Amino acid sequence: MKHKKAKKYGMVIDLDKCTGCGSCMVACMAENNVPFRKDESNKLLSITWMRVYKLTNGKPFPNTDICYLPRPCMHCEGQHEGHSPCVTVCPAIATDYNIETGIVSQIYTRCFGCRYCMASCPYHARYFNWWDPVWPDGMEKYLSPNVSPRMRGVVEKCSFCFHKYQLAKEKAFMKGRRELKEDEYQTACTQACPADAITFGDLNNPNHAVYRMAKPDPKHHGRPTNPHAFRLLERLGTNPKVYYLSSREWVRRAGDNYLENESIAKKPAHHE
Amino acid sequence: MDSALIPRGVKRCPFPQFILFVAIVGAVLLWGVYAMLLCWFKGLNQTNMNDAYGFALWIWADLAVIAVGGGAFFTGLLRYIFGKDDLKNIINYAVLIGFICYSSALLILAIDIGQPLRGWFIFWHANVHSMLTEVAFCLSCYFGVLTIEYIPLILENRQIDRVPFFHHLGHNMHETMAVFAATGAFLSFFHQGSLGGVAGVLFGRPFAFREGILIWPWTFFLFTWSAAACGPCFTILITKITETVTRKKLVKDSAIELLAKISGWMLLTYSIAKTADTWYWATVTAPSMGQTLMDFYSNNPLYGIWILILEIAICGFVPAFILITKKGRKNSLALWIAITLATIGVCINRWVMVLQVMAVPVLTFESWFMYFPSWQEIATTILPVAYGVILIAISYRYLPVFPNEPELNPMETLPAQETEKEEAVEPSVDLEQELKPAEA
Ligand code: SF4
Ligand code: SF4
Repeated sequence: MKHKKAKKYGMVIDLDKCTGCGSCMVACMAENNVPFRKDESNKLLSITWMRVYKLTNGKPFPNTDICYLPRPCMHCEGQHEGHSPCVTVCPAIATDYNIETGIVSQIYTRCFGCRYCMASCPYHARYFNWWDPVWPDGMEKYLSPNVSPRMRGVVEKCSFCFHKYQLAKEKAFMKGRRELKEDEYQTACTQACPADAITFGDLNNPNHAVYRMAKPDPKHHGRPTNPHAFRLLERLGTNPKVYYLSSREWVRRAGDNYLENESIAKKPAHHE
Repeated sequence: MDSALIPRGVKRCPFPQFILFVAIVGAVLLWGVYAMLLCWFKGLNQTNMNDAYGFALWIWADLAVIAVGGGAFFTGLLRYIFGKDDLKNIINYAVLIGFICYSSALLILAIDIGQPLRGWFIFWHANVHSMLTEVAFCLSCYFGVLTIEYIPLILENRQIDRVPFFHHLGHNMHETMAVFAATGAFLSFFHQGSLGGVAGVLFGRPFAFREGILIWPWTFFLFTWSAAACGPCFTILITKITETVTRKKLVKDSAIELLAKISGWMLLTYSIAKTADTWYWATVTAPSMGQTLMDFYSNNPLYGIWILILEIAICGFVPAFILITKKGRKNSLALWIAITLATIGVCINRWVMVLQVMAVPVLTFESWFMYFPSWQEIATTILPVAYGVILIAISYRYLPVFPNEPELNPMETLPAQETEKEEAVEPSVDLEQELKPAEA
């Protein structure tokens, strides 16, 4: 059998298109049975696998500019495959890097809630279940049967809707295919975005839109070569699979830390 | 009332006074136990931790008690492996303090995890690449070693020692103690180190991340080093506090001074290494990630550059210089100041490597995260302190923890009557041997 190249699922989010409507957040919560409480005013206790941040350029009127930035889990690859910040530290292998898809999984029944992974993730993409989920009356009926709800005391995070990948695979098998088409596996947030700001696909496949948009450079751990593309905290060497596009320089600069007089020119990760 | 249990040749406070003391501390302990049960039954929502502050007060307490508990392994190493015989006068107490610290650490960990019943997964599904796995294994094993080191002391209780089996068991355990001391030192090197590694490997957190050798970041070595330097200072500090409370001299000055001197040199070399590490991190590591030193110490209500100065200069170099000079060690006040500062210093270091790591923003559009523990967190953190005080009180009362005590505090009259009575019951026990000061 011919050896097939592993997939590297990733996302490109066009920040010039994002309106900050939050549809992606809602779709994500519904799709993944994300629990919520009556009072969600303390955002540091809310579980938001996908979270939309509001950025501003800090300038006074009339030069004020804002930008909304949706932040899922980056499914970091690290400096060598599987060396994500969170995967390497989990003492119980409750979060794992899938070599076939590049997706960072979370095994809820294995996680014992030490929260080391949360400490390691610079994107704050990981959330702890401080409470057991309580669904409003009747809502259990609307939970997705494909995603197991989580119990108190474990960590959860965006899975790139891995269950949708599994379902798509099953369907393709039934049709006698082993390979998925680009549109067969799409995350809930991608499908929900009314502005079409989110694109999802295989970053290893030159035919996929994500590849064409980000133009990842395999020699430099997938660093984007599209001058408008950037990744969050590129310099840390986390090697994220979520790319952002923006025509605005201040937005691209906000994606990473720079010394005062440093230019935004592609800085290498410190590990290189 | 309990005089039959009290070691020979020493004087203890009246039983009711002892019970009153234990009861007062016990009330604090119960408060902690209540908070602990709340956390176990209601979950970690009882704390003020949040998704930005997944590691908080408890992890600091854990790291801090393990660091100050380092006195046990380092004193053991000096006594049994390097043959510093003078330290036999303080080794029992060092072991006891270590035992308290490590059992506390394990208890705190059991409260800290979200699913305590799954705690064993860390052993069963162990990820060998995780520093926390290494911590769990070495910590548990070393706790076993400390228990083995503590048991002979329990067996020396006057009544237990009268049972020939326990008497011989205790004796034989003493004989093999060097092996356990060596094992303990080996295990300690790794878990103290891997606790340092816990923060040092976080390459997503420029404030914590450090380069290093192979898989070990510099913090790995710095943590072991600082524990070896400050652990003995804590042992001396607790000894001094015990002496103050009991109004007795319990350990010969020679032992204290020797330990203080070695600690002083360890602390000085550590402080130099820590300065070098900080320098390299501030000028090379952090800037390579686009951050400057002052990014980590400004724009927030608590963490200013003062904390760095306090940790390294005031609680590092100052006590080190006091302890390496003969004058400093011999001056009671200076010694008190030095050991207190050293203990505070290592605790600040652990605080910084946990709490400040969580506080510093990494994403440019986030700001500092501040946190204040809930009463449940505070109570469960005080719980081990209360437990430690009680265990020390009981051990001090009933076990020959300080072999020098009878010699340093001669009693005017021996309770002759009692001795006679006991001899009648157990004439075969060699009185002379019984009276010999305990040597752990
Ligand atoms: S974004 Fe955070 S949780 Fe997701 S893979 Fe990276 S380090 Fe792990
Ligand atoms: S909280 Fe769970 S997933 Fe995270 S490191 Fe601990 S065991 Fe692993």
